[in-house]
Amino acid sequence: MAHRWTNDLTRDDVTPEHLWLNRRQIIAAGGALGLGSIAAPALAETLEPNTWEEITSYNNYYEFGTGKDDPARNAGALVTSPWSITVDGLVDKPGEYSLADLTSGLSVEERIYRFRCVEAWSMVVPWNGIELADILDRVGVQSGARYVAFETVVQPENMVGVQRRVLDFPYVEGLRLDEARHPLTILATGIYGRPIANQNGAPIRLVVPWKYGFKSIKSIVRISLTADEPPTSWNKANAREYGFYSNVNPNVDHPRWSQATERRIGGGLFSSRQDTLMFNGYEEDVGALYAGMDLGANY
Amino acid sequence: MDLAGIINGYLRRVPAWPLYMVAALWGGWLFWLAATGQLGVEPINRLEREYGELGLKFLVLSLTVTPLRKWTGVNLIRFRRAIGLICFFYIVAHFGVWTLLDVRSLDRVWADILKRPYVTVGMSAFALLIPLAITSNNLSVRRLGAQTWRKLHRLAYPTAILAVIHYLWLVKGFQIAPFVYLAIVLGLLAARIRWNRRLAAA
Repeated sequence: MAHRWTNDLTRDDVTPEHLWLNRRQIIAAGGALGLGSIAAPALAETLEPNTWEEITSYNNYYEFGTGKDDPARNAGALVTSPWSITVDGLVDKPGEYSLADLTSGLSVEERIYRFRCVEAWSMVVPWNGIELADILDRVGVQSGARYVAFETVVQPENMVGVQRRVLDFPYVEGLRLDEARHPLTILATGIYGRPIANQNGAPIRLVVPWKYGFKSIKSIVRISLTADEPPTSWNKANAREYGFYSNVNPNVDHPRWSQATERRIGGGLFSSRQDTLMFNGYEEDVGALYAGMDLGANY
Repeated sequence: MDLAGIINGYLRRVPAWPLYMVAALWGGWLFWLAATGQLGVEPINRLEREYGELGLKFLVLSLTVTPLRKWTGVNLIRFRRAIGLICFFYIVAHFGVWTLLDVRSLDRVWADILKRPYVTVGMSAFALLIPLAITSNNLSVRRLGAQTWRKLHRLAYPTAILAVIHYLWLVKGFQIAPFVYLAIVLGLLAARIRWNRRLAAA
């Protein structure tokens, strides 16, 4: 009979979840200090990350359906390996990069960020990612570039929502170059130290924590450096409701609903809304990017 | 005997009151699921939508009773009051979740009704349902007279259109479900216009 390996570790040997959650809070505070300028109220707040289950079961990824649980149900069909990313436009080293070539050697950091959806719900997500600036440096941004454009993969045979044309796919997004280079902006490849789940935008997605979630484009296959402001999907679908900037702003309402408050996912049926923070709580870090701009006009 | 006659024969033996019980149990079951975390990680929004869509389904069902009789001979008229009242109760629950669990502030509820068009439209539909629910009893039919009562209850038509607009207006992007409801409601109303024309011509 073949010898079977037996596990002599028990549940008791595993660090209890509440302890490593606490550890994460300490890291979050440390990270905030490292950035040097998080506002005092943000420091006082303990950012308790949502659970993996919450983060992976409540998603907007319209290529897999418009229901919040559709992506969790349908995104298993997404093929994420091999994965290549086309880098083009105003760059020194354009080309088709494998995911490994684009990211290898760059430091992957844990970033615990608030995540605020334009639909007025929010989470706290412990991302693992690379600063986008590092990747831009790797490909060499030319002097005429002022914007970065991104594109999501389209796999019609694997994405049940693509035929329904809820949006004009492929999904596209963009940032001003200074927003893209900001140290808070990352390309995430993991959550909780695990590879990012398909429904969260595997294998690599953008995370821009001070903007509404739809700016943080998922499953990226193209990064283009451009001189002109690139088109963005929700803006194309409804320009009156979704602007290019889409910074989280409790004072500028969506035309159909208020953005003053949000519901933190995971609080249950009897939890109350909480106030939405200017730039999602990152005002001290990113406010200067928009100095002098009319945020009501540039929503 | 034709099939419709056989079905009607069976239906005559079915009382309407179990419908209220099933609807109440289903509503309570959904609430329990939401309260115990079995309705996803954002139960407030989910429950709000479940109740709203159930209300819309029963509203559509109530508009189906007459065409079904004219097209197939199957007569559900005995159940129409229960269908209409169940619609009303689910919409009360929908409104209740929105005000008591979601917004939780009378000021903001009022502000939303005035400021947000999809809420204004939804509230109008709800307001139109109230006189219909109040007069859903035999006493009201007698007091108002069958003619007036029937006229009053034609408010169900604009209510259905407002309810669908409310749904269309709150979703993001081009989504199918509210358009399906729109097509069904318009179809059911168009059928009535054609009968009325035929009746007028005859």
